[in-house]
Amino acid sequence: MSAIEGLETAHHHADEHEHHHEAQNFWQKYIFCEDHKVIAKQYLITGIMWAVVGISMSVIFRIQLGLPDSNLSWLKPILGGWISDSGKLDPNFYLALVTMHGTIMVFFVLTAGLSGTFSNFLIPLQIGARDMASGFMNMLSYWFFFIASVIMFASLFLQQGPAAGGWVIYPPLSALPQAHPGSGMGMTLWLASMALFIVSQLLGGINYITTVINLRTRGMSFDRLPLTIWSFLITAVLGLISFPVLLSSVLLLIFDRHFGTSFYLSDIYINGEALPNVGGSPILFQHLFWFLGHPEVYIVLLPGLGITSEVIATNSRKPIFGYRAMIASMLGIAFLAFIVWAHHMFVTGMNPFLGSVFMFLTLIIAVPSAVKGFNYITTLWRGNIVFTPGMLFSIGLVSLFVSGGLTGIILGNSALDIQLHDTYFVVAHFHLVMGAASAFGLFAGVYHWFPKMFGRMMNTTLGQIHFWFTFIGIYLVFIPMHYVGIAGFPRRYYQFTSYDFTNKFLDMNMFISIAAILSFLAQFIFLWNFFYSIFKGRRAPQNPWRSNTLEWTTPINPGHGNWVGEIPAVYRWSYDYSKPGAKEDFIPQNVPYSQTLESNFPHENELIATEKAIESQNFNDQFKSH
Amino acid sequence: MYIIIALVALVFVVLTGVVISRLQNVLKSINKSDSTEVDTSGNKVNGAMFIVVLIVGAVSITWSYLHAREFFLPEASSVHGRRTDDLFWFSMGILTIPFIIVNFLIFFFAWKYQHKKDHRASFYPENHRLELIWTIVPAIVMALLVFTGWKAWSDITSDAPRDAEVIEITGKQFNWIARYSGVSDNKLGNYNYKLIDAQNEVGIDLSDENSFDDFTNPSEMHIPVGRPILLRIRARDVLHSVFIPHMRVKMDAVPGMPTKFWFVPDKTTADMRAELNDPKFDYEIACAEVCGQGHFSMKMRLIVEDEASYKKWCAEQATFLQTYPEYLAKVPENLKAKAMKYVPAEAATPADSSSGSVGAAGTSTSLR
Repeated sequence: MSAIEGLETAHHHADEHEHHHEAQNFWQKYIFCEDHKVIAKQYLITGIMWAVVGISMSVIFRIQLGLPDSNLSWLKPILGGWISDSGKLDPNFYLALVTMHGTIMVFFVLTAGLSGTFSNFLIPLQIGARDMASGFMNMLSYWFFFIASVIMFASLFLQQGPAAGGWVIYPPLSALPQAHPGSGMGMTLWLASMALFIVSQLLGGINYITTVINLRTRGMSFDRLPLTIWSFLITAVLGLISFPVLLSSVLLLIFDRHFGTSFYLSDIYINGEALPNVGGSPILFQHLFWFLGHPEVYIVLLPGLGITSEVIATNSRKPIFGYRAMIASMLGIAFLAFIVWAHHMFVTGMNPFLGSVFMFLTLIIAVPSAVKGFNYITTLWRGNIVFTPGMLFSIGLVSLFVSGGLTGIILGNSALDIQLHDTYFVVAHFHLVMGAASAFGLFAGVYHWFPKMFGRMMNTTLGQIHFWFTFIGIYLVFIPMHYVGIAGFPRRYYQFTSYDFTNKFLDMNMFISIAAILSFLAQFIFLWNFFYSIFKGRRAPQNPWRSNTLEWTTPINPGHGNWVGEIPAVYRWSYDYSKPGAKEDFIPQNVPYSQTLESNFPHENELIATEKAIESQNFNDQFKSH
Repeated sequence: MYIIIALVALVFVVLTGVVISRLQNVLKSINKSDSTEVDTSGNKVNGAMFIVVLIVGAVSITWSYLHAREFFLPEASSVHGRRTDDLFWFSMGILTIPFIIVNFLIFFFAWKYQHKKDHRASFYPENHRLELIWTIVPAIVMALLVFTGWKAWSDITSDAPRDAEVIEITGKQFNWIARYSGVSDNKLGNYNYKLIDAQNEVGIDLSDENSFDDFTNPSEMHIPVGRPILLRIRARDVLHSVFIPHMRVKMDAVPGMPTKFWFVPDKTTADMRAELNDPKFDYEIACAEVCGQGHFSMKMRLIVEDEASYKKWCAEQATFLQTYPEYLAKVPENLKAKAMKYVPAEAATPADSSSGSVGAAGTSTSLR
């Protein structure tokens, strides 16, 4: 790439300190650790544990929906009183299950588990930094997340059950304990947990942004950053702007619940009593919630897309097509993400004119998304593709992202949303485009960076088998779910027998449930492969995927500070794969142009003159004292 | 259906067999030494899988689509409903094209360009013209879809015609209550949530003379065919959402913020029964916003009938004051005489309130 913008990062760090090699005890090393790699693993393991809980919940309610006559008594040991004596699931607990499934998967798995893991792990390794800007804040970020997790998990065991008003917790249902058992202590804990979760996200996000801006190694200008880092940076900015809004909406809801305010409550008569609250608006909550809620979709998805860009380029042995267009489209998506939130609210009674505006803005998002999709495909074109499990999941992600994104164009059209809003069409749409696609990003990242994380390889064949089960399973679940949605089935229904218009199509619901259960079982292949390989996997070579990025220049098991000795300098972008004339089909970022005269383009030969300047600066090494 | 499930299960069983047989090799290779070469194990199989999944996927999506078609978008019975249905299928038609192209390319390229030893990928980092094309083409298609959608949306959400029949529908945990403006003045009376009690379920304000002839019905709603119907939508406790699938009507019911939706039904219940050849068919009103335990069963029957039977049905309904004459006490003195018109003479005494505890249920049996 062209000019060296790395020079602008040349400002001094106030708190640079001597590097001490003190032996750390167990607590410092694994629990309250400030090393970004350990924190990343903590996020990953916690995320995986949450994923098991969250996906198991979906299996239980899928059994309820698809096989309504089945006897669930076998779940009594876990669910106790929530299963009636005749083996039926309690309707209140059904709602609790869908609520907690959504909360857990969106926030605890795909936000913390995905972006928490890979932002932490990859940012310092790929930009060439010793650690995060603030290891202490980073540690706090994980432990706030951990406390939030403990509170959320504890709420599952309440007598009245956890929160149950849907993951969007619309008041007044969520504000009035008398309206639903789940709106009592369960909702209190949900709100407390989410408040802490937001604190955790903000601590993490500030750190990611600061680190990317300030701690890039010499030569690592913004136009040489791998797309993973771009996606993590943009994700962190999105989170930093939108999560505080969720916090404010959560706080106002806490006020309404406990201190008698009326932000969201007005004209309510419930349980034989007219409440005194007047003047509030439930729609206000929805605006505040979706102001986070929509960017949240991209907070979940963008890291997945970033990981995919990196993995697809590496394993196609080709540069990512349209590097700048990829960055531009991510920036475009991020900007638009803030001004489309009300497309979740077309039929809430919001002014129809607003609906028109939001429909227009929403459909614009399809354009940068389309650019991304096409760029991925062109990257595959005339590649030399190695089907590592990470690569398979990345290819799968592109397919899911496009298939799920297309139905979003239907839902973003307010006239069509009238019929489809809150039906299974919506459920199918967002599970494909943000749920499954992001989960595929998570899998791709785990398979691809596992050797760097644990110094061992995961089993390739098992990974490939895991991919095909999951990929086929996802489509088997969600394509028929679109059909059910087009037929008008509303979501969050305990059973479909109350209405004539839903009391049919039973075979399709059964099919979805069975496909869901089989895909769920397939995940145990991954779990086994993951935990087995941590201890017994084949030892990883230095650079198993023959990749260009900096993390593969660290020792196989990088210690504190990541690099032994000096941090490498960066002279080129990270996508010099299969460069004409080059000896190997990859040229790592730390190889100067002066050493690759045979493959340089003319404008790159001119950059040789700048190499000395890059080499001589070393301002950002946190271990260097000045 | 069971056959398909069995087939799917069979595929999974076969794949499991492959897993186990492969596992043997896996365990053998665990302690293999480092190699600098790229590990391309299973590359051929995975490449082939993309083509297999592409073909099998295309066949099964087509087949399942045709199979499921009969349930898609239940027969529209309103004027705007057929318009949005057309728009839906038009958009779906357009979107199917990129769905097929993109997925075909992903799967085909994955297979076609799989790793070959001693082969080099093309160094092809950018092409501005290509990128411009696939920015502009989606933008134009989007513009087309936005425009058609926006036209439909602004027509649907425009103000209701003046002659629309106004009916109030109130959601509560867990049923709907319809309120009609009555046969004499055709105006809905005021309401106030503080006046709600066990009998006065929607908080009718009896100090407003327009409310004297209002009547309510908690189990069914009748509407005339071929005329604009304006639903005034309220919620009593938490959010609900009026969903009439066949009418393509959905609008949230929000406590403290009345909403509305108007539409023109153009098929009576009897028409639909004949058309669908289903003598038991009924229009239904459902709730589409989670509202608590009974969310899945907030059913109300909707009966669409011709103008004459609708008028007749309305005339047969007992007004709220007829059902609960004791509420006469809430009518201000100066309007008492007017209110007495709507109270049956013999029922004017509070003694006769035997039906009081039953609720304001309508007595209609039409079309049953």
